[in-house]
Amino acid sequence: MNIDFNLILPEIFLSLSIMSLLMIGVFKKNSSNLVFNLSILTLFILAALILNLSSLNKILIFNSSYVIDDVANFMKILTAISAIFVLSISTDFLKSLKIYQIEYPILILCSILGMMVMISSNDLIVFYIGLELQSLALYVLAAFNRDNVLSSESGLKYFVLSALSSGLLLYGCSLIYGFTGSTNFNEIANNTNQVPYGLTFGIVFILVGLAFKISAVPFHMWAPDVYQGSPTSVTLFFALVPKIAATCVFIRFLYVPFVNMIEQWQMIIIFISIASMIFGAVAAIGQKNLKRLIAYSSIGHMGYSLAGIATGSSEGAQSSIIYITIYVIMNLALFCCLFMLKRNNAYFENIEDLSGLSKNHPILSLSLLVILFSLAGIPPLAGFFAKFYIFMAVIEQSMFFLAIIGLLSTVVAAFYYLRIIKIIYFDPSKEKYDSNHSLRLRISLIVSTIFLVFYFTYPNSLLGIISKINII
Amino acid sequence: MFEIGLGHYLTLGAVIFTIGVVGIFLNRKNIIVILMSIELILLSVNINLVSFSIFINDLSGQIFTLFILTVAAAEAAIGLAIIVVYYRNAGTIRVEEIDKLKG
Repeated sequence: MNIDFNLILPEIFLSLSIMSLLMIGVFKKNSSNLVFNLSILTLFILAALILNLSSLNKILIFNSSYVIDDVANFMKILTAISAIFVLSISTDFLKSLKIYQIEYPILILCSILGMMVMISSNDLIVFYIGLELQSLALYVLAAFNRDNVLSSESGLKYFVLSALSSGLLLYGCSLIYGFTGSTNFNEIANNTNQVPYGLTFGIVFILVGLAFKISAVPFHMWAPDVYQGSPTSVTLFFALVPKIAATCVFIRFLYVPFVNMIEQWQMIIIFISIASMIFGAVAAIGQKNLKRLIAYSSIGHMGYSLAGIATGSSEGAQSSIIYITIYVIMNLALFCCLFMLKRNNAYFENIEDLSGLSKNHPILSLSLLVILFSLAGIPPLAGFFAKFYIFMAVIEQSMFFLAIIGLLSTVVAAFYYLRIIKIIYFDPSKEKYDSNHSLRLRISLIVSTIFLVFYFTYPNSLLGIISKINII
Repeated sequence: MFEIGLGHYLTLGAVIFTIGVVGIFLNRKNIIVILMSIELILLSVNINLVSFSIFINDLSGQIFTLFILTVAAAEAAIGLAIIVVYYRNAGTIRVEEIDKLKG
């Protein structure tokens, strides 16, 4: 057996750099700045290495337990790039909270290594190892501000619920293994011609575990608490990067091993999707904390991306990949604005702190306006196109009920986005916020907002890349 | 003669799994009990995997079990660390008093 190790060069490079960064951090005094910059550099090199592989066709390695294909490469590059943005805009925030430590970027790199393994897995064992590598780092990140009771409580809650969901997922894995006789995804797909009850149970348990990870209703209860309690930079990471990997795993599970059992899983996914869309729209209305509101809105957005997957068609999966890409960019921009609400080294995160922002900060309010309109799905912004592709794919499979519910919950969700805009533009103004933001923060906000505004001029650029991806 | 078959092992696994899940939701006293319930869930999965592995003559189930044992140990370590951090801040680990985050 000869393995071409060049194919997993990105993962090997990432794990070696994690170890060497840890050594630098331990043996060199006051090296947090150095380690931060080196980890951003690592992520750049990682993205370049993955890009280098992307010309290849689908390849299976390690006894076909690890797969390298277009979906995996695209999702990995998206993960690496969004992690670059997350790390570079969170430095000021971490400094003001006095948690600017070497462990922070290293934990983020560890969880990204886990996500890479998860995205590429083609075997239950490999998938489980990747998932746990990601989750173990995320537990620590949620409780990273360890002198703050809210942060440690959110870490505790995230730990308990996430460990429970891993347990459910594993129970599902054991049933799938027992009734198909293999842990390999392709062999599972070959052995599912008749479906015993045990197999159906296995699928349900695995879907429950995955739904926990992307915080879809009815397994969403951890998301608002964890988003509110953990430091804002960690919330940013939680809202962006794990969702990419989890969506990819969802697509991988439903389209490779369970592809012959579409009758079994389609109704479950449709139910989860509808429940998330409605709940995300309704529960966000009464929120006062912006981070909590983002949690509910991300529950809703996950509902839309699941609607694309629920179609069971290749177009559906492609549309949910586009959706998750645009969702990541919108949330990145929103968190950039959140990081700009700073006065005398204190950050503000309540909706009423935005009151009358337009009088003192016209440019910031204008970009918030664009971002919120885009999140609400108003044309011609990028968020509209994301929803448009999803509904096109859903209607093509003549699932009109799902499309109608989705459209109605978009209307309900628009209410709370528009309420924030009303507060920004028409409420009495408050004290001025600081305006000496770092260059990285400004650039991230500008780049992401420009993408949202001008996406409609070249919609084929993203569409062209993703429509080349063969899912099935 | 009465013989122990696959069904008996699966029932044992299911019973332990149920005890674990119910233990997480019914327990109102101590967070350590939740940690024990999580261990129970993982162990029930191990019973399932090993018995399947023997009855279908395939080794990968037992390899999976070894991975799960390793990860469970790491998870318990991190869980205990987070509980210690929480205890230092809040001064309690009673489940019903963990309610600072609400909205």
